[in-house]
Amino acid sequence: MAGIRVNNLDLWYGDFQALKNVSADFKEKRITAIIGPSGCGKSTMLRVFNRMNDFIEGVRTSGEIIIDNENIINPETDLVLLRKKVGMVFQRPNPFPLSIYENIVFGERIHAEKINKNNLDEIVEQSLKSVLLWDELKDKLNRPALSLSLEQKQRLCIARLIAVKPEVLLMDEPCSTLDPQATQRIEELMRELRKNYTIIIVTHNMQQAARVSDDTGFMLLGELIEFDSTQNIFTAPKDKRTEDYITGRYG
Amino acid sequence: MFRKAKEFIIEKLIQVCGLASIFFVVVIFLFLLKEGLAVFKIVTPLNFLFGKSWYPISDPAQLGILPLICGSLLVTLGAAIISIPIGVACAIYIAEIAPSKTKEVLKAGVELLAAIPSVVLGFIGMVTLVPWVKNIFHLPTGLTALSGSIMLAFMAMPTIVSIAEDALYSVPKSYKEGAFALGATHWQTIHRVMLPAASSGILAAVMLGIGRVIGETMAVMMITGNAAVIPHSLLQPVRTLTATIAAEMGEAVVGSEHYFALFAIGIVLFIISFAINVTADLFLHRENR
Ligand SMILES: Nc1ncnc2c1ncn2[C@@H]1O[C@H](COP(=O)(O)OP(=O)(O)OP(=O)(O)O)[C@@H](O)[C@H]1O
Ligand SMILES: [Mg+2]
Repeated sequence: MAGIRVNNLDLWYGDFQALKNVSADFKEKRITAIIGPSGCGKSTMLRVFNRMNDFIEGVRTSGEIIIDNENIINPETDLVLLRKKVGMVFQRPNPFPLSIYENIVFGERIHAEKINKNNLDEIVEQSLKSVLLWDELKDKLNRPALSLSLEQKQRLCIARLIAVKPEVLLMDEPCSTLDPQATQRIEELMRELRKNYTIIIVTHNMQQAARVSDDTGFMLLGELIEFDSTQNIFTAPKDKRTEDYITGRYG
Repeated sequence: MFRKAKEFIIEKLIQVCGLASIFFVVVIFLFLLKEGLAVFKIVTPLNFLFGKSWYPISDPAQLGILPLICGSLLVTLGAAIISIPIGVACAIYIAEIAPSKTKEVLKAGVELLAAIPSVVLGFIGMVTLVPWVKNIFHLPTGLTALSGSIMLAFMAMPTIVSIAEDALYSVPKSYKEGAFALGATHWQTIHRVMLPAASSGILAAVMLGIGRVIGETMAVMMITGNAAVIPHSLLQPVRTLTATIAAEMGEAVVGSEHYFALFAIGIVLFIISFAINVTADLFLHRENR
């Protein structure tokens, strides 16, 4: 099981520095929330952890991100292995335009040496069970995934990810398109998943951070201002800026 | 007040233009029906469609268009087999793989190919492709269905490439990100996510490409040999529906059975093209939903 250790991380989009000397320790089997105002670099930070920024032209990174004793900033990093280990759930649920079944077995199909039908069925059942969708969907596995509700889609995306057996789950505002009830249920799911995964969640919603996370990092203009247990951040912030933000003075 | 009147007049003008175009289509279609259906006083529809010999000026005239239908289908099938894989592969390359400079060059090239008049393509085919086919396969003549298919593939390709490329390009970026984030390689992402997501658009591209091929006249007339016999292989001369109309309409006496038969061929072509366009449309709309 892996945590993520970040040392002196800098990131530039062209001339614009989006991350400034960030250091933090994301511990395994905990939920870490990253909060901060819009544009402070939360998504950017999350996307370095599985190298999704590689697709953006002109991105440069320096520093260290250690996962399982390997600095994944290294150009030689095996991205397939990295992304298997460090999976991502996006802000807008993005199931593939395939059946529910095919969405979940996607990872198996691309990674397994040999495909075994029983094994696929097993994966579908296990993954759907772990996101609490099995009872709802077990008779509808061949329906198109795009016909599901938003919440179901997001759960399906989590299931699709879990099927790959990752160790770290990166979630970029996973509830921002969902209604409050659905949000609450996804949060319950996250608490459930925390037993087996390292979870890092970006959120705009401070209540959400306070509710679900064990640790919280507060970012501002590309800097990680404060990183501590959620309890400390929300009750006894050390930095004046953190305090201003959580009491709502930044917006 | 004045502005309102102006508005009114412009609106009406546009309406008239719109209605006029529909009116002309209807008139043309009715004319085609009137002239074409007359042939069925001489020959039954079954004998017309499935008759094996086309001797329109012998006495009595034999008006069976099966050889022509087979000719059109064979040439089209050949063109499809050549142009679909190459066209789709080219679209994938342009949409997904090519670096942006190469992409621009390729897109311009495809547009250029689309801009070559079909007579010119036919002419080039006649002086280059036809002798090659003749020599490679040791045939008495290079004017064969195969030559026609290859030439037509060049004509279908720009349509297929540009529409399929559009379809791939409009696949939401989030699908691609999702696949990459699960550790998929670029090729896995393309063939497991992008292609299924773009499938309706790609099918529409293929249908429209084939539609263009079936209706094409000049190039096939110049290089397929124009023998109205039922072909048994791609290496024989064939005659297509379109080439028949183009070649014979000039000599057919107005009001003769030959003349009516040519119009009836026009109806057959019309129905085929219409069916293809409607199918393509269905695919395109399925995607939009
Ligand atoms: N592809 C890019 N090219 C250039 N600048 C970018 C790019 N993506 C993000 N940025 C800039 O980097 C900064 C951080 O962006 P990022 O998306 O990480 O912020 P965020 O904290 O996730 O914001 P939000 O809460 O709105 O999602 C912003 O100023 C943004 O304008
Ligand atoms: Mg963001």
